[in-house]
Amino acid sequence: MAREVKKAVDTALVDKIVAKHRTREGALLPVLREVQDSLGYLPQEALERVALGLGLSLSRVYGVATFYSLFYTRPKGRYMVRVCESAPCHVQGAQEVIDALIRELGVSFGETTPDGRFTLEKVSCLGVCGVAPAVMIEDRVYGNLTPESVVAVIQEYR
Amino acid sequence: MSNVKLTINGTQVEVPAGSTILQAAEKAGVRIPTLCHHPDQDIKGVCRVCVVEVEKSRTLQAACAFPVAEGMVVRTNTPAVREARKVIVELMLSRHPQDCLGCARNMKCELQALAQELGIRDVRFSRREKDLPRDTSTPSLVRDPSKCIVCRRCVYTCSEVQGVGALFPAYRGHEAVVVPAYDNPMIDVVCSLCGQCVHACPVGAITEHDDTEEVWEALADPEKHVVVQTAPAIRATLGEEAGLPAGTLVTGKMVAALRRLGFDRVFDTDFTADLTIMEEGSELIHRLTTGGTLPLLTSCSPGWIKFIEHFFPELLPNVSTCKSPQQMFGALAKTYYAEKFGIDPAKVFVVSIMPCTAKKFEAARPEMNSSGYRDVDVVLTSRELGRMFRQAGIDFDRLEEEEFDKPLGLSTGAAAIFGATGGVMEAALRTAYELVTKKELENLDFVEVRGMKAIKEATIDLDGTKLNVAVAHGLANAKELMERISRGEGDYHFVEIMACPGGCIGGGGQPIRTTNAVREQRIDAIYREDRRMPIRKSHENPAIKQIYEDFLGEPLGEKSHHLLHTHYTPRKRV
Amino acid sequence: MSFYRAHVLVCAGTNCALKGSQAVRERLVSELEGRGLGAEVKVVETGCFGLCEEGPTVVVYPEGVLYCRVTPDDVPELVEEHLLKGRRLERLIYRQPVEKAVQTVPQMDFFRGQVRVVLRNCGVIDPESIEEYIAQGGYQALGKALTEMTPADVVAELKASGLRGRGGAGFPTGLKWEFAARAKGDVKYVVCNADEGEPGTFKDRLILEGDPHSVIEGMTIAAYAVGAKKGYVYIRGEYALSIERLETALKQARKMGLLGRDIFGSGLEFDIEVRVGAGAYVCGEETALFESLEGGRGEPRLKPPYPTDVGLFGKPTVINNVETLANVAPIISHGAKWYRTLGTEGSPGTKVFTLTGDIVNEGLIEVPMGITLREVIYGIGGGIPEGRGFKMAQTGGTSGGCLPAELLDVPMDYDELAKVGSALGSGALLIMDDTHCIVDIARVFSRFFEHESCGKCVPCREGTMRLHEIMTRITTGEATPKDIENLEALARTMAAACLCPLGQAAPVPVMTTFKYFREEYDAHIKEKRCPTGTCRALASPAVSLAAGKGV
Ligand SMILES: Cc1cc2nc3c(=O)[nH]c(=O)nc-3n(C[C@H](O)[C@H](O)[C@H](O)COP(=O)(O)O)c2cc1C
Ligand code: SF4
Ligand code: SF4
Ligand code: SF4
Ligand code: SF4
Ligand code: SF4
Ligand code: SF4
Ligand code: SF4
Ligand code: FES
Ligand code: FES
Ligand code: FES
Repeated sequence: MAREVKKAVDTALVDKIVAKHRTREGALLPVLREVQDSLGYLPQEALERVALGLGLSLSRVYGVATFYSLFYTRPKGRYMVRVCESAPCHVQGAQEVIDALIRELGVSFGETTPDGRFTLEKVSCLGVCGVAPAVMIEDRVYGNLTPESVVAVIQEYR
Repeated sequence: MSNVKLTINGTQVEVPAGSTILQAAEKAGVRIPTLCHHPDQDIKGVCRVCVVEVEKSRTLQAACAFPVAEGMVVRTNTPAVREARKVIVELMLSRHPQDCLGCARNMKCELQALAQELGIRDVRFSRREKDLPRDTSTPSLVRDPSKCIVCRRCVYTCSEVQGVGALFPAYRGHEAVVVPAYDNPMIDVVCSLCGQCVHACPVGAITEHDDTEEVWEALADPEKHVVVQTAPAIRATLGEEAGLPAGTLVTGKMVAALRRLGFDRVFDTDFTADLTIMEEGSELIHRLTTGGTLPLLTSCSPGWIKFIEHFFPELLPNVSTCKSPQQMFGALAKTYYAEKFGIDPAKVFVVSIMPCTAKKFEAARPEMNSSGYRDVDVVLTSRELGRMFRQAGIDFDRLEEEEFDKPLGLSTGAAAIFGATGGVMEAALRTAYELVTKKELENLDFVEVRGMKAIKEATIDLDGTKLNVAVAHGLANAKELMERISRGEGDYHFVEIMACPGGCIGGGGQPIRTTNAVREQRIDAIYREDRRMPIRKSHENPAIKQIYEDFLGEPLGEKSHHLLHTHYTPRKRV
Repeated sequence: MSFYRAHVLVCAGTNCALKGSQAVRERLVSELEGRGLGAEVKVVETGCFGLCEEGPTVVVYPEGVLYCRVTPDDVPELVEEHLLKGRRLERLIYRQPVEKAVQTVPQMDFFRGQVRVVLRNCGVIDPESIEEYIAQGGYQALGKALTEMTPADVVAELKASGLRGRGGAGFPTGLKWEFAARAKGDVKYVVCNADEGEPGTFKDRLILEGDPHSVIEGMTIAAYAVGAKKGYVYIRGEYALSIERLETALKQARKMGLLGRDIFGSGLEFDIEVRVGAGAYVCGEETALFESLEGGRGEPRLKPPYPTDVGLFGKPTVINNVETLANVAPIISHGAKWYRTLGTEGSPGTKVFTLTGDIVNEGLIEVPMGITLREVIYGIGGGIPEGRGFKMAQTGGTSGGCLPAELLDVPMDYDELAKVGSALGSGALLIMDDTHCIVDIARVFSRFFEHESCGKCVPCREGTMRLHEIMTRITTGEATPKDIENLEALARTMAAACLCPLGQAAPVPVMTTFKYFREEYDAHIKEKRCPTGTCRALASPAVSLAAGKGV
């Protein structure tokens, strides 16, 4: 699944999401998750509605959103490529896979390809260390990767 | 509550159960260094500078956070403790700009003091200073996030004390910083510019916007007629800038020192404070008798004004249309005063000495130019004035006391108490009582509205008419009161709000360090000043009577309306 | 339930799914249908068998024959041979690393050393079927607790069992429940910690994927014991399949009256809500988890107060790890005495380990506490691939210590591992062979902490960055002996002064490698040489080519 980054923020949609969760205790995270699912990231206009709806300060909402690596407050590429660089993956050759990815995409960590297709990010562990080294593209996980196979995987998304 | 006994560095102490090790150590006469701890705030326990050894504990414990227990054995000065503290402070210093010499907080900085206290000589980690952009977007404050040590004291103040929440920690790990949402400039967020975060901050990461250069230039310009006004709260705090203890009254010395600096006239905002009472008191009576919007909310605190514009725009019709005393002064200085003394108003340069960072913003508001010019040219905080005195080599304490110039320097005890929470209310009641009942007030002291209590209420009998009043200081208390009013509770007629805890004596521009204990001492000084004054009711100020006769006509009249009243602008809520 | 003459279990664990088990299952179903075997042979999706390295895995019962690396194209032959002709399909059968005879599940070395308490149903039942869970004795423990035991009895049984928390800290579970049961207040919570972010750990995911009801049952018993009406499972955002399985299981349990009001007619009211994390390792720390669940930044809180007094939403809370909770039902069913026959005196029961790194059988195992590291690696784990030499094992995940070959005979339980400066932790076991550089891996550990520090307290926020910085300097040959002095002072400070165990443990992997592999550090610092040729800045081309690690 690719995240679609929509241009204009549909504030009515955000309000609807807020209304749905408002009465839950600790609603902020479920709201942020759903807003991001529908908008592709968490733009200021949307979080302003969230802050108003939940009675929180915008700075707090922003502070929470920027704490978690699965939330994005700036637009990202169409596909998030998240590479594990923790020890179990490292021992199984993650560094070579990362090098191949960086070569293939032409960007380094935290950057988006000029065509806006891919954003490369490092993550701590995807929890699939049994098939290390691993990469997650959007919500799909790829394991047992080699420098060659990871390039083939990227080709599928080109 | 029961007591517990514990041993600190071999000495037994007994403290109430639930105390922290830090509190117990204080009692035992043992100093433990702190940084994120603040006496008026909740426990944070994040800097770890206060760590101590607690017997049987696997790790060191933060003294500011860890509760005492019966029989606990604490050591505060062991090699492990000293090493940890040093490493921690060096970790901070290695990422901190080496700017002390040019820093507004030099010599008043808690980090600097801590480094000295711990005897730090070499920083063992390589220099990796934060290099984040300074925010100079507001006329009031400068935020320098590179100096921020992420202690969160400002976050507590802004969210809990002020109920604003303009600042919050963002990001994670060593990228964590305390910022406005989306790293927006402060001018674009809900900040009230009250400056309370300056007092919270242990370092120079948030400071006032320094406007002293402009004043030096004006003073040196022979073409300019430079007049200065001093806010009611300054005389009770300025001494601290000269090293005098909190609560010292320095009215006369302050006047003398301002003359030494070269101001052409030294006037007093207290004069327009009395005028505010006349205008606002009349407005209250007018609203009471004509069925106007009630309760009437005071308008002299610009931090409060910006706050209500953001958070309760629907209550703006309740706010008094009176300008603050500072702005009334500016408008009159460039009209009444200039006319009376035959000075070209274009040459009059008005400087105000304020307790307040929000006043800088207020003076810059586009509507504040009813004299035909910008009514107030420069606003300086008491800290900036202290700096100018030092630069000018004025030995403040050795000056003889002098008197304000006339006529804009004449004032009453009612104006003096404007500087403390409840003061505007008390001053208004002294006048309103006599104007409405035409009787002399026996006891001038309305003690119910004085002091640091969060929200104060009183009912005053004006010859059968019951007047319900409320007073709040600190914006979180103001918010609470506004919510009550929105819910239709309280049935208030008149409400005083001051943005800063304790009122202006605790303002964001006041000397470092301003804590609640210091505020109490300054409040005492304010009421001493009131008792000292020969006239203690605004409507009895002869200069006020005269200005109505000579110039304004009557309260709420045509001229007043033009020069002394204003309007407000709703702003975004988030 | 209708009768089938054979069951074909296809692993649907994430690891196997990644290797295409879904397609295998579909092919099996269509193949069986095509041959008219649909009513005789049932295809069941199960959770992980633990042999993820060999996946996709398929087991055919009643014989219990395990087939490995099955592709959809293998399916027709498998059906033909095994299910029609009754012959084992030799070429797909699991082989021990040292080629030996054909194996069925109970005979394999991989399973022989294992004792399956927590994983009792994983790979045996269809995790999406509550009926199968019940058929295996599921929810009997809950019934017993509610109808035959008082809450105090339940707590007493747990205490007697000696079960210790499997989330890392090893705190006695019974004691924790007792504190919560005694805490004042009518609102209490039970929270299942399924955040599992420790690199090298995926046991909780596989338990939730393979046997979600075992966790629900454990939580409900906990709720009864402490008097909670509401439970939360906080699960990491990346675990899509676990979330799905858990939600399915919760629906089923509610439908059967095993959650909700008046469970088993006992008057107990309890329900569970799933909350999904958003990518922060530190949220596995219990108080950070509460902060996150409450909608905040996942920053650990100061302790005291402890969660059993002031926990989620400020209320008394029991928080337990997935594996801890999966142990509860068997303890209640079979009793504390039985439980204590497993494991060691100080650490009773079994432990689930996830084997990663240079080991033949990467995957999930469950063994009695106290088994030696050597048995795990060389027995169950099948040793090190291609006969290479053992270099080090890191127990307990990235915050655990790194042990050298001399310590291979250390018994794996809470206390013994603590004695050698490591920890049992989450049960992650990372094995590294002698082609890897110890300094390089220590740098990778420190990078993890730099990335995952929450940033709340100074020594960890700045210290993790410096740890990584100094380690990087060592691997690039820029370090001086002074760096080592600073590293040690920093490590002591962090261990003693950080606010939470993340920062306190961050120096552990670095300092244990430093302790046990000093020569390798010296080579990097003094001789500017990486003995294995891993560190690119130091490796001479010839060396790095020989080690196959060149750039
Ligand atoms: C940094 C950090 C991460 C942790 N991550 C987890 C985790 O992912 N899962 C878990 O169950 N416990 C984790 N813990 C331990 C929990 O804080 C807590 O001790 C545990 O959930 C209690 O359950 P137990 O008693 O059943 O082990 C972590 C602790 C720390 C300090
Ligand atoms: S904040 Fe303090 S330590 Fe930092 S530059 Fe200013 S005076 Fe120096
Ligand atoms: S304190 Fe030291 S560094 Fe600062 S100005 Fe004086 S000599 Fe220089
Ligand atoms: S000036 Fe006042 S409102 Fe603005 S950030 Fe500081 S404390 Fe908050
Ligand atoms: S700005 Fe000042 S008070 Fe606020 S967190 Fe930074 S150092 Fe602390
Ligand atoms: S309220 Fe404060 S700023 Fe306004 S006139 Fe009074 S003392 Fe001055
Ligand atoms: S209370 Fe006084 S110092 Fe504070 S914002 Fe208002 S006028 Fe300024
Ligand atoms: S030790 Fe690290 S993770 Fe724990 S509170 Fe401190 S900064 Fe956060
Ligand atoms: S270490 Fe890479 S997925 Fe866990
Ligand atoms: S003063 Fe105690 S942790 Fe900061
Ligand atoms: S996921 Fe299939 S055997 Fe582990």
